[in-house]
Amino acid sequence: MNHGAPIVEFLGLHFNLANIMMITIASLIVFILAVVSTRRIEMKPTGIQNFMEWVMDFVKGIINSSMDWQTGGRFLVLGLTLIMYIFVSNMLGLPFSVIVGHDLWWKSPTADPVITMTLAVMVMGLSHYYGVKMLGAKAYGKTFFQPMSFMFPLKIIEEFANTLTLGLRLYGNIYAGEILLGLLAGLATSGYADGIGSGLIGTISAAVPMLAWQGFSLFVGSIQAFIFVMLAMVFISHKVSQDH
Amino acid sequence: MSTNVFILGAAEGGLHFNGGDIIFQLVMFIILLALVKKYAWGPLMGIMKQREEFVANEITAAEASRAEASKLLEEQRELLKQSRVEAGQLIENAKKQGEAQREDIITTARAEAERLKESARREIVQEKEKAVSALREQVASLSVLIASKVIEKELSEADQEKLIKEYIQEAGEER
Repeated sequence: MNHGAPIVEFLGLHFNLANIMMITIASLIVFILAVVSTRRIEMKPTGIQNFMEWVMDFVKGIINSSMDWQTGGRFLVLGLTLIMYIFVSNMLGLPFSVIVGHDLWWKSPTADPVITMTLAVMVMGLSHYYGVKMLGAKAYGKTFFQPMSFMFPLKIIEEFANTLTLGLRLYGNIYAGEILLGLLAGLATSGYADGIGSGLIGTISAAVPMLAWQGFSLFVGSIQAFIFVMLAMVFISHKVSQDH
Repeated sequence: MSTNVFILGAAEGGLHFNGGDIIFQLVMFIILLALVKKYAWGPLMGIMKQREEFVANEITAAEASRAEASKLLEEQRELLKQSRVEAGQLIENAKKQGEAQREDIITTARAEAERLKESARREIVQEKEKAVSALREQVASLSVLIASKVIEKELSEADQEKLIKEYIQEAGEER
């Protein structure tokens, strides 16, 4: 279970090559999916275009539930890309994992807290940026002292807590899912070292939980992608709406 | 399990902080955002907006054409009613005219018949008179003939002589 990571140092920064690879793969899949689905767009949508339009409407619904479309419309592209990217990332680690030597290469990129925290900090940074941009620096600064000025420390803590929970929730769900999948895979295969009989027992006893857990991970991965985007939009709307 | 008890530490790969991953993730996400916006979401949003407008236009057009249709229907109904009234009037007029014409014809025919009857009667009377006068003439000439025949047969020479003398005498006395 305890696999290392293929870390290299380059220009004074440490790169986890597995993360780099999986980020690239996830981004490529999202890009190809998006481009293929909109390659031949028509007024009468067919096939995958329907699916993409459904996803777009879904994200629109998420944004509309937290802020009005006048301000929320500009976040549609961000939300759409986020939900696709996180969903694809969550799904990548589900079918298998690849371990070369002692290093874990194939996994969900979102099963790494560095990645999820990067996304979370990016979202929070964007929320602050749009808060300043749309309210003005003064009104934005005032939001930290409302409704009462003694709330200021709490507000500061809230910012960090929001960022942490946003990133770590996603990481925890996906990482836990992958750990359990790895354990079940180990149960299914490790028995063969002692003999074919115990190996078979292990495989059979692991098969059903494996199936169930993969189905559940599919569900969790979708839900977490939804929740991440939902919360991102809620946090952004808190920053950009006047009446808060 | 011992090194991975602290999950954050485990992901950092023990001693290292993966700053490169952060930068790579950020850069990749921004690139992805830009690319899909340009090549996928942009056109998709465009077509969805276009469809929205299209549907709105279609609805407006449908409403307009429905209003037009109902207006036309009303117009047609009005026209139909009007033409029905007109047709009724026409029929009424024709009936009246026919009636008048019938009366006219009957009156004329009656007058004509009367006239014919009258002239026939007059002719009959004329003819009768003519026939009566012709008969009268005939009777006169016939009676003269008969008288002359009777006279011729009964008068002998002596009688004739006597008669002539009588006449002469009479003529002399009267003078």
